[in-house]
Amino acid sequence: MKNVVSTKVENMQPSGIRAFFDLVLGMKEIISLGVGEPDFVTPWQIREAGIYSLEQGFTSYTSNKGLYKLRLSISRYLKNKHGLEYSPEDEILITVGVSEGVDLGLRSIINPGDKILIPQPSYVSYGPVTELAGGIPIYVDTKREGFKLTPKALEKHIDKKTKAIILNYPVNPTGISYTKKELSRINKALLKHKILCISDEIYADLTYDFEHTPFAALTGAKDNTLYLDGFSKSYAMTGWRVGFACGPKDLIAGMTKIHQYTIMCVPITSQMAACEALVSGRKSVEEMKREYKRRRQLMLEGLNSLGLSCVKPQGAFYVFSSIKKTGLNSLDFAQKLLREQKVAVVPGRAFGRGFDDYIRISYASSMDNLKEALNRIGVFLKRSTQ
Amino acid sequence: MDEILEILEKDARATPEEIAKMLKKKPAAVRSAIKKYEKGGVILKYKAVLNKGLIKDEDSAVRALIEVNIAPQKDVGFDKIAERIYSFPEVTSCYLISGTYDLLLVVEGKNIHTVASFVSEKLSCLENIKGTATHFLLKKYKEDGVILKHKEENKRIAISY
Repeated sequence: MKNVVSTKVENMQPSGIRAFFDLVLGMKEIISLGVGEPDFVTPWQIREAGIYSLEQGFTSYTSNKGLYKLRLSISRYLKNKHGLEYSPEDEILITVGVSEGVDLGLRSIINPGDKILIPQPSYVSYGPVTELAGGIPIYVDTKREGFKLTPKALEKHIDKKTKAIILNYPVNPTGISYTKKELSRINKALLKHKILCISDEIYADLTYDFEHTPFAALTGAKDNTLYLDGFSKSYAMTGWRVGFACGPKDLIAGMTKIHQYTIMCVPITSQMAACEALVSGRKSVEEMKREYKRRRQLMLEGLNSLGLSCVKPQGAFYVFSSIKKTGLNSLDFAQKLLREQKVAVVPGRAFGRGFDDYIRISYASSMDNLKEALNRIGVFLKRSTQ
Repeated sequence: MDEILEILEKDARATPEEIAKMLKKKPAAVRSAIKKYEKGGVILKYKAVLNKGLIKDEDSAVRALIEVNIAPQKDVGFDKIAERIYSFPEVTSCYLISGTYDLLLVVEGKNIHTVASFVSEKLSCLENIKGTATHFLLKKYKEDGVILKHKEENKRIAISY
């Protein structure tokens, strides 16, 4: 059948490194620092709650918005931890990961031609999903300011058609995060120009150098923020696919409309496991965080001593390293490193134009793997500069 | 718990230099902290955790949990008799417990007979011992937080955003 795929989808930019991903997936015995998820398995109590729910026969749909019990637990958790008040009745929606939250948010707010600001480097989905929703992504390069978005850079890109910004912190792929003060400045600029903040805070629990501040907790920000978070990274629950969206009633109602027709509801097993995560999972979160923090130090020291510079990450589990001095572009670097030393990293070009002299290194891997990978990268650099 | 201990408990081979990097401390400071823990008896020794079931030429050792009922002695309570018992090399662990019995021992022997003769000829004959119950271990699943099975396969896909 000819022309079966729509022009819109046909024109979607493929990430450009699909072939590299296939190459990695086809190779055995590699050390992968290319992974965007925890290397821990979901803590046992949480897995057990999922199993138990199946044993008890909880196999049905739930309310479109998600189990009331889960929404209530999230509401209480946000109140206790951040003093944020979201009603479980109509201000919280359980989504299939933050990915769905981003998609629903964008589809709910975009009129054709609306512009969405995306600081870059950024997670890969924001641009394409904006386009699918009929919006125009406006990329804001943050390289010059140490990968941090500044109000100045932000305001430079704002015009009458600007509807929202997708702010993600700690950032995938740089690990950069923002202090409360820095966020306040961004918030002021957004409020001034009446621009909605879609805040993807999936790595919030993995913030190492200061307390994470949810964007919605800033003065005056709550009514202007779609707050997205989930269980994937903090509780090592990526495969369960549970996220949540908190925001103003009308926005959540709009998102729920789309969600009820496209998704119906998040799988009940996952929702029940997520309930347990909020009850007994915090200790595991803290343990994993300490371990990531130690790995971060090891990687930073290691990469620095190899001469691969990077801006110090403050959260998540990524280091975004400059490979400029090798003279290789990010794809060639990653391919050669994979072939010669069997270490996988993600080429920087995946995260936006202008990042082709960077690679994303994930330290969601065991200490032994990290040490060995550093050795191998060292050998690789020595050989390629000879 | 000090993070140095947390790291060493997971991997006793971690060097002071590596630990220093992980915790952003000076190697000398880590080294002296470890020394202090060793001196103070917090760190007793460093050893490998073996899965002995996989060692082919190993004389298969038999282990038993033995519950021991004791008549405590004046002034010293259980300590004196516990010392007499844990001094036997066959006893690999010895705990004072609450409940029906007083001491819980882990005893290791070459085979079932060695353990049996230890119980009948040495342990039971001791003064103040009122009774014992021996439970032979049939299979080890998990020990000291380590699950004893072959290395788990990697279940993550090797690359993702």
